[in-house]
Amino acid sequence: MNEAAPLPKGNMGEPVARIDARLKVTGDARYPADLPVRDVAHAVLVTSPIARGRLTQLHTEAARAVPGVLDIIAAGDVDGELERPQFGNSGSTSIAPLHDRRIWHDGQIVALVVAETFEAASEAAALVRADFQAEEPSSGFGSPGIEIIPAAGASPLYPENPEAGDFDAAWATAEISIDETYSTPTQHHNPMELFSTTASWFDGDVTVNESSQNVTGWKNTLARQLKVDPEHVRVVSPYVGGAFGSRGPMTPRTAIIAHAARRLGRPVRCVVTRKQAYTTQTYRAETRHHIRMGAMKDGRIVAFRHEGWELTSRPDNYVVGGTGTTARMYGYGAVETKVSLVKADRNTPSYMRSPPETPYVYALENAMDEMAVALAMDPVEFRRVNDTMTEPIEGKPFSSRSLMECYDQAAEAFGWNRRTRGIGSMRDGDWLVGMGCATAVYPTNVAPCTARVRLTADGRIRVQSGSHEIGTGIRTVAAQMAAERLGAPFWSVEVEMGDSSLPPAPVSGGSTSTASVCSAVMKACDAIRARLFHAAVTANDGPLSGLAPADLGIADGRIVAGARVEAVANAMERMGVGEIEEYAEFAPEGSSADAIANLYKGKLEMRMGEEGAKVKYAFGAEFVEVRIHRLTRETRVSRLVGAFAAGRIMNPRTARSQLMGGMIWGVGCALHEATEMDRHSARYVNTDLQDYLVPVNADIQDVKVILVEEKDTDVNPAGVKGLGELGNVGTPAAVASAVYHATGKRIRDLPIRIEDLL
Amino acid sequence: MRPFGFERPETLERAAGIVAAREDRAAPPPLSSAQFIAGGTNMADYMKLGVMRPNLLVDIGRLADPGLRRIAASPDGIRLGALVRMSEAEENADIRIGYPVIAESLQQAASQQIRNMASLGGNILQRTRCEYFRDISWACNKRDPGSGCAAMDGFNRQHAVLGVSDRCIATYHGDFAQALIALDASVETQSPRGGRTMAFSELHRLPGETPHVETQLMADELITLIDIPAKPWARRSHYLKIRDRQSYAFAVASVAVVLDLEDGAVRDVRIALGGLATVPWRAQEAEDELKGGPLDERTAGRAAEAAFAGAMPREHNAFKISLGRQALVRALLETRDMRV
Ligand SMILES: Cc1cc2nc3c(=O)[nH]c(=O)nc-3n(C[C@H](O)[C@H](O)[C@H](O)COP(=O)(O)OP(=O)(O)OC[C@H]3O[C@@H](n4cnc5c(N)ncnc54)[C@H](O)[C@@H]3O)c2cc1C
Ligand code: SF4
Repeated sequence: MNEAAPLPKGNMGEPVARIDARLKVTGDARYPADLPVRDVAHAVLVTSPIARGRLTQLHTEAARAVPGVLDIIAAGDVDGELERPQFGNSGSTSIAPLHDRRIWHDGQIVALVVAETFEAASEAAALVRADFQAEEPSSGFGSPGIEIIPAAGASPLYPENPEAGDFDAAWATAEISIDETYSTPTQHHNPMELFSTTASWFDGDVTVNESSQNVTGWKNTLARQLKVDPEHVRVVSPYVGGAFGSRGPMTPRTAIIAHAARRLGRPVRCVVTRKQAYTTQTYRAETRHHIRMGAMKDGRIVAFRHEGWELTSRPDNYVVGGTGTTARMYGYGAVETKVSLVKADRNTPSYMRSPPETPYVYALENAMDEMAVALAMDPVEFRRVNDTMTEPIEGKPFSSRSLMECYDQAAEAFGWNRRTRGIGSMRDGDWLVGMGCATAVYPTNVAPCTARVRLTADGRIRVQSGSHEIGTGIRTVAAQMAAERLGAPFWSVEVEMGDSSLPPAPVSGGSTSTASVCSAVMKACDAIRARLFHAAVTANDGPLSGLAPADLGIADGRIVAGARVEAVANAMERMGVGEIEEYAEFAPEGSSADAIANLYKGKLEMRMGEEGAKVKYAFGAEFVEVRIHRLTRETRVSRLVGAFAAGRIMNPRTARSQLMGGMIWGVGCALHEATEMDRHSARYVNTDLQDYLVPVNADIQDVKVILVEEKDTDVNPAGVKGLGELGNVGTPAAVASAVYHATGKRIRDLPIRIEDLL
Repeated sequence: MRPFGFERPETLERAAGIVAAREDRAAPPPLSSAQFIAGGTNMADYMKLGVMRPNLLVDIGRLADPGLRRIAASPDGIRLGALVRMSEAEENADIRIGYPVIAESLQQAASQQIRNMASLGGNILQRTRCEYFRDISWACNKRDPGSGCAAMDGFNRQHAVLGVSDRCIATYHGDFAQALIALDASVETQSPRGGRTMAFSELHRLPGETPHVETQLMADELITLIDIPAKPWARRSHYLKIRDRQSYAFAVASVAVVLDLEDGAVRDVRIALGGLATVPWRAQEAEDELKGGPLDERTAGRAAEAAFAGAMPREHNAFKISLGRQALVRALLETRDMRV
């Protein structure tokens, strides 16, 4: 055991190394654009340099003259062949770049050039000239021409603004109040693996190789767009080089490439440049917040109001809607929330790791820190005073909530008691030292899922489920679940995922995968156990003959009841089978009758943490130490400590990695990440990894992750709370809190940069 | 990718001659249809982006002249061949001990991988990282003379506050050049017209009306050597680089200081600023302010005021003036406190 593989505590599995660890670190894992495809043609996108207007004319003569150019597809060329993309469910946007001539955003696709080589396609794409009738664009917040609409009801995902009690009356009684605004910038995913699509047709069937978090959803969406039966579409995504929502919804490019391949009668591959990914893929919407918080001198919050504004595109109402979580975080008393959408000439935003919580909880937790200062209370104690086992909106109990346990364990490991209160009171030479903390939270969602498990007489197990290895370790934990339920060693399990021809699994989003996939795998394994146990107890002469199946267990390849054992292989031999295969459908409590049928159709029914008789959330506490030079004011994070409780931890090693990666991402969110906009033209400016900064190794010093023991049998059969999106939620506010402690400057707009502290 | 020709000559004469034989030999080097390439970390990158569109690349990486790859230390100073890799120079013991400002400026530049490829000659001639320059869909006077400057009223947080013109505010982003300014270096060049030597501080040109003319060089002129005169007091020299993250980032502001202290008083000092100006920038006003007096936070602050007296900020980069001042104060104090 070492730090990377923490010893399991109660309700935790073994810290086994990932099934694909070796492949990943040796570079042997094959990502979709790495797959050799015979006779593949290469496609390059041509995109718009204006953000709003109309495409009037495309000049392609020079491009067509480039040797090796095979085809150029532009507006009008897909009519009748390709249905328009749709926004929602599995589609990122309704903007239909090759159906319409309207330009909705900067960098919109206007044509596709297909050639024998990538080089020829790139050269030709650079020679395509487009004429536009340009119009004055609105870039976003504060621009003339934006439209602001209420979010409630604008999207089925956000029916109403949560509220409780009489905010105005409670606000009037508050002894101490905070009334501030906060903001978070546009952020782009920038996964290491570039976005790509490879489409190959054979005999009327199309296979699309593209990194995806939702192969079943995409298969159905693609089929609709290509006007073919879903049976003829297969989406394959064995490994994903960075997902975090960027590969959740399908973008319009995928169907365009599949169409290009059909038109050309040849496989087509398109690898999108880093720069074009900024405008043809999705991103995290910029947000603004206005928070009012009223408290009594003893620290009790009596009134909380959170109003948010979020950027979206003209045609689509993407809602972030994080008030669902912030409204339920503490025992506030009266709560009022409101969310509005700001519609501008921008592409439609979409999911990015903890989509609602990252911006909204950042604003709330920064306000909590401000309130603690206003109350002259320790920020941890302030949270303790307002901790609650009953959420304030509907008065439902939490299924479990270990928030203060997390605070206490993290504070202890961090050495919070060494923090001196005064602003700038801690120094290390010319460096001001600041310490801060914040809460992390993520709802425990779960979704319908199917899986097939096969046990062969030689003890091997194969698990199949159309989920996605997006780097979380889902194949590994699914294997652990199967190994545990079937009493087999971990190495005997093989797991197949990332293919729409497998039994369908939900989108790998909302931190649902471990809970959903493990619940389905568990169900399939239990069906296998039932068959084995039945065979064991009904045998005439077997060692377990006559026992009740309920008294049997399985371990080390043997069916056991106390001292009586029978080898699984023996039982199977008696059954006359070489293998037992079971397919299971798992639908979470409260799912509709059509949940599984809908899953097959690519329509997701996710059960959210707020739904049901109890509220199901995972919590954590994060502590940060920063160093800020007294003269030049650059901020460096010297220490991070996070403690998290998330029900059953399937694998402490992969859990720790997820949480640590999240905390590091949170440092980027706090100090580095922002997509900058040229306001006049509504175009992005810093569209590469030189100017879009993320932390590098040298920015991350000491990171400690504590897994807090927690048991929750209400969340789902596997007892698992998703934690993939938990780790990054608290970090930005904890950094802001530490920066305040070091400098006395309260920074409310992310990222926190040198200029904010000079 | 645009097709282009590729030549790999073995002699300096041939390399310069290939370019001299071209019709547009009189064009300012960045606009010439033939381009030299050394490590290629800047040239190949900008060709991929379409910023550089040469018809012919002349690879100088195979030139036979051993002087181009040599680091030669002598009592008179140190001579660095133009093809010496950044990583070779930063690891050289004479440089680390005698001229720490050079080693520090190189160590904090780019990444180890890039420094293993990049040459010193290419480094000093690297072109700006202005975002609008690097994306050919924007108007840019430097890339496309006369087209305008999108950065002027755009997002210009990283742009220069010193040496700007109303045509261009692009920052010179290299680090090594500041060390060369502070050390009073000169460069030697070769062209079909012969060799010449110029002060390094004369090499780069302010943008003025012609931001596409970046140096005094001609298109067929090669840098061969960088010559750093001996200065015993260069042991007390330091490069401070302030950036948005700890590594692998260009300077938001940087300062090179070479300091001659005697009994706590400044006998001589040379200061260069990076990340703040359109060219490697010597802060002579600040030097004058300090000479002959004590060096403490107060006098350093006065020098810093003087250094930025002529600064001209735009919408998003005004902070660079206060940051530049603070960085200068910090660099001076850190250099003063060096143990040499
Ligand atoms: C991601 C990234 C980060 C970077 N970060 C930094 C940083 O933090 N600090 C920093 O200082 N630099 C940084 N750089 C720039 C890097 O240092 C330069 O790209 C490199 O030094 C250029 O050297 P080269 O030999 O590769 O030049 P090339 O790309 O080969 O050439 C650059 C230019 O110099 C010309 N040239 C080259 N040699 C000669 C010669 N002998 N005579 C005449 N002309 C010549 C070429 O024609 C070309 O115009 C970074 C670069 C990248 C890609
Ligand atoms: S600042 Fe200079 S390099 Fe940048 S866009 Fe303007 S002219 Fe071009």
